Amino acid sequence: MPIERLFIANRGEIAVRIIRAAKAMGIRTIQAHSEADADMLAVRLADEAVCIGPAQAAQSYLSIDAVVEAAKASNADAVHPGYGFMAENAGFVRALDAAGITFVGPSADTIDRMGDKVAARQAAEAAGVPVVPGSKGRLETAEDAVKVAADIGYPVMIKAAAGGGGKGIRIAQNEDELRKMAPQAQAEAKASFGDGGLYLERAIQSPRHIEVQIMGDGTDAIHYFERECSMQRRRQKIWEEAGAVCLDEKTRSHLCDTAVALAKAVNYVGAGTLEYLYDGVTKEFYFIEMNTRIQVEHPVTEMLTGTDLVQEMIHVAGGGKLRQQQQDITRAGHAIEVRLNAEDPAMQFMPSPGQVCGLRVPEGDGIRFDHFLYEGYHIPPFYDSLLGKLIVHAKDRQAAIDLMITALNGLEIDGIKTTKPLHLALAHDPAVRADDFHTQWLEPWLAAGNLNPTP
Amino acid sequence: MAQVLSPVPGTFYTQASPEEPVYKTEGDAVAIGDTVGLIEVMKTFIDVKAETAGTFAGYLAENGGAVTAGQPLADLEG
Repeated sequence: MPIERLFIANRGEIAVRIIRAAKAMGIRTIQAHSEADADMLAVRLADEAVCIGPAQAAQSYLSIDAVVEAAKASNADAVHPGYGFMAENAGFVRALDAAGITFVGPSADTIDRMGDKVAARQAAEAAGVPVVPGSKGRLETAEDAVKVAADIGYPVMIKAAAGGGGKGIRIAQNEDELRKMAPQAQAEAKASFGDGGLYLERAIQSPRHIEVQIMGDGTDAIHYFERECSMQRRRQKIWEEAGAVCLDEKTRSHLCDTAVALAKAVNYVGAGTLEYLYDGVTKEFYFIEMNTRIQVEHPVTEMLTGTDLVQEMIHVAGGGKLRQQQQDITRAGHAIEVRLNAEDPAMQFMPSPGQVCGLRVPEGDGIRFDHFLYEGYHIPPFYDSLLGKLIVHAKDRQAAIDLMITALNGLEIDGIKTTKPLHLALAHDPAVRADDFHTQWLEPWLAAGNLNPTP
Repeated sequence: MAQVLSPVPGTFYTQASPEEPVYKTEGDAVAIGDTVGLIEVMKTFIDVKAETAGTFAGYLAENGGAVTAGQPLADLEG
């Protein structure tokens, strides 16, 4: 059944974005908000608004009971979760199912399956999607490790089978190093975890982060090409592009086809993203995980393909079939998005909440600013620092970077610190302009003082 | 009597995590630079440090409560 009353269980710029999509579809919008968000832009734009709890997200935007009760009380027939908060919370989806309310996204079972790294890797492998080559199970001896490494290919990453995170990871460039490091890694694993079992994985050095946007209706699935999101600080993307100019056509179509294969294999419903690591030297890509939500950086794909992805995900959530076939989706030009955060890049990215005293938004062909600001608005300190996303679209990458500089110069957010100076510096940087960067590039660039040139 | 003021707006905590003890209790000696609290601002955690030395005389803001920039968080004596 098509959705008629949509409850938005999120805040900030994505809530505004969802309201605009819903209004364009003739859907009535009900905006949830915490006590600290009563004056946010999405509340002003929505047809109705309802307070779901105190400022602390745990008691409002992250409370299944509070959100489901409010959605029921407002007679919503569907809930859009946005990104973050409960967008990938299977328990939330099950609570909505029990209340007879549609979740704009995939099923709880799909969220569970794709949210589990091992299950997602297995689903990917079964669908023929390349994953980072690794040992099938635990390895007990250096001899075993050498045997497996010969198949995986060097350099290899040595991890403790029982460990988590980055602790004790070693990288061996060749067999000699592996023979030296494996016993050390075993001893350390035994000391740290009481288990000397090892796990080997191919080390992808200086990889690019490339992801594919997909959309499914439960039967069929299509892709909207790829995004390049290697510009990251503390694993947070800050600058995203569509497409990835480092890919040749053959690699691009193989990458996108594998994403569709996985989406079809899990009968995916809604918008989703498959994330890959890409090795520019070997031109190999490896699936790392799937995000079962609309992503922050979806606008670059919308600009590249001319599709409103938020409208499409609402359409399929209401039981609709995909309205486009793969051959209808084409890419034109190049799009770049930068994230404007309320942070001071000159002060270790210290958060900078406060009042927006003045606001000037750039306008023009190929310029879009998705945000939730207005003059006089007090940005609360309780939530993410993302203020908005400046997106540009031009005929090619160089023209897009030049347009981004123009757009950034036309953007003024007074009263708070933002990451605008960082993006201007990146847009002028020769390596960025030459598309010569990877996921490990930005942090050393910042540490080297590129943002604060000595006078 | 001196006060420790909040450097930023956010959510104030008197302990590093629910399992940890409170940073200071009444009568504790406080040296310059001692951490007396924690503020969560935009998902970032910032230590609140004493800028003067003294004896801790109690918290003025509630653990887990919202605070504004410049709000008194704790009293120091001496």
